[in-house]
Amino acid sequence: MADINKCEAVLGIPASEIPEEWFERLSDEEKDSEFVAMQSKTYFQDTWAQFKKNRLALASLVFLFILILAAIFVPMFSPYTYDGQDLMHRNAGSSWQHPFGTDKFGRDIFVRVMYGARISLSVGFAAALLNLIIGVVYGGVCGYIGGRTDLILMRIVDILYSVPTLLYVILIMLIFGSNIFSVLLAICVSSWVGMARQVRAQVLSLKEQEFAQAAFVLGASRTRILFKHLIINCMGPIIVNTTLMVPEAIFTEAFLAFVGIGISIPMASWGTMANDARSLLMLYPMQMVWPVMAISLTMLSLHFIGDGLSDALDPRKR
Amino acid sequence: MNGGHYVEISHLDVIYDVTKGVFSPKQLVHAVNDVSFTIEAGETFGLVGESGCGKSSLGRAIVGINKPRSGDIRINGQDVTHLHGRSLHDFRREVQMIFQDPYASLNPRMTIGEILSEPMVIHGLHRSPGAREERVTELLRTVGLKPDHVRRYPHEFSGGQRQRISIARTLAVNPRFIICDEPISALDVSIQAQIINLLKQIQKERNIAYLFIAHDIGMVKHISDRIGVMYLGHLVEVGDSSEVYFHPLHPYTKALLSAIPISDPDVGKSRKRIILEGEIPSPLNPPAGCPFSTRCPLADEACRRMPKMQQFGSHQVACHHVNQSV
Repeated sequence: MADINKCEAVLGIPASEIPEEWFERLSDEEKDSEFVAMQSKTYFQDTWAQFKKNRLALASLVFLFILILAAIFVPMFSPYTYDGQDLMHRNAGSSWQHPFGTDKFGRDIFVRVMYGARISLSVGFAAALLNLIIGVVYGGVCGYIGGRTDLILMRIVDILYSVPTLLYVILIMLIFGSNIFSVLLAICVSSWVGMARQVRAQVLSLKEQEFAQAAFVLGASRTRILFKHLIINCMGPIIVNTTLMVPEAIFTEAFLAFVGIGISIPMASWGTMANDARSLLMLYPMQMVWPVMAISLTMLSLHFIGDGLSDALDPRKR
Repeated sequence: MNGGHYVEISHLDVIYDVTKGVFSPKQLVHAVNDVSFTIEAGETFGLVGESGCGKSSLGRAIVGINKPRSGDIRINGQDVTHLHGRSLHDFRREVQMIFQDPYASLNPRMTIGEILSEPMVIHGLHRSPGAREERVTELLRTVGLKPDHVRRYPHEFSGGQRQRISIARTLAVNPRFIICDEPISALDVSIQAQIINLLKQIQKERNIAYLFIAHDIGMVKHISDRIGVMYLGHLVEVGDSSEVYFHPLHPYTKALLSAIPISDPDVGKSRKRIILEGEIPSPLNPPAGCPFSTRCPLADEACRRMPKMQQFGSHQVACHHVNQSV
């Protein structure tokens, strides 16, 4: 009411009697009709906002970040090396000099665990990356081309899948020797298959979608349709699969090292350390606990990150 | 046939192989069966028929999503069924398509700006970024959207707005022929009218020919110059839009028209409804002779033979009993 009274005071006539000619239409710019209250978010920003809500996944990410930093810097600044023996301090318990104690040759376990982290994490991430590249391209091509090509390529995948991993590993080790690259090769040969299958299934259904056909009708090349329209739309499962591939590769490497195939001594991976500690398990159980704890915590945190990502990337799970 | 038509489709067959597994007997779906018609430049040809009658397959065959088994599609006198390389690339600028589902026809990971500039990237039009931006703005204005929408993603728009974006995308390459594959059937009735009017206005400004596919014969009559009626892969009647609408000759067209709801209940009560018996036959196992003979009230011995398309006045009808009333 106050405004109407003010109007009368200013203009000398009541608000209801203002002649129509005094009004004019607002232009589109002035109307602000399409004012967007919420900023338009990119896909990445949206995913990150969702991911942050999952405390466990966020904590895991922080843990993994610290582990990576430690794996890089601890061996650089530590007075001990992974193979430096100190026979005066064998099988020592935790102390200020040796936070995790020493093993049966007097080597510092803390430094060895950090060296192990270098190997385990690089095997994990490298395997995941190779897996990503090979699996996505192979699966994408299979799904997109389809027909007979798809049939033949997928039967090859089935055959690869049916041969036990251990068999590849032993064969590859025989040919290329025991080193980190043959471990990596062995893990990749058996694991990209899962990714290829998943991407193929996604692409197979996406290519029937109208936006892919619209791109075809517009004259987009096959490569353009495959990468810019199809694969980008199955990034969610691809990212989750890649993240979960890392712990799988770390576990496989540790397992291979534990059964005695894999990188050779005196190099340390978590698996070889656990294997070394086995003979003294009854006397010095802590020597086993440290590497196993490192494996478990890394695997757990990577799984939590994977879960967090799969929730954040899938709009149906919000 | 004279060569003066802009689009000339003759004896087109589209067949899908739906055989399951390697060892099962071959199963073929004859989705489009010996269809011939023509479209003039700047004209709208409406194609109606119930779901599964092959009208979308026909549209998709023209743009090359499906490969026709046999027959010719000539646009500007050039056969477009066997194009490749450079000439195929040029053909893509001539003929474009608007899809049915506005929620599926835009890539959810691209902004509107990216969606609209993609055709220009593909065809190397407006090479500088500034010129592209200007063109995108112009396209958005043409379809009644605001230029500040370019940074948004498709999920931020309503169905009608998305269909406008689809239309803008097809216009990006300046086509002369657009296939509209049920562009309005996924939209609200009020929005349908807006999109139809937009399409009409664009046609008037740019002299674009449309092949307008729909199952709503009323809407098709509103937008089309001529109408074709399809049943089970066959074109059964073609004619000028009001002729087909007000004086249908084929018994199937008559049945289709009698099924349109009428808003006036008194008129609605007095008119005669033609109720078709039975289901549409499976295209896997079509009836011999006239495809409509299994449901046609006029069917007799003569219908065991396939009827030929014949001229009746301004119509072309494929029926043995054109002059009998239902």
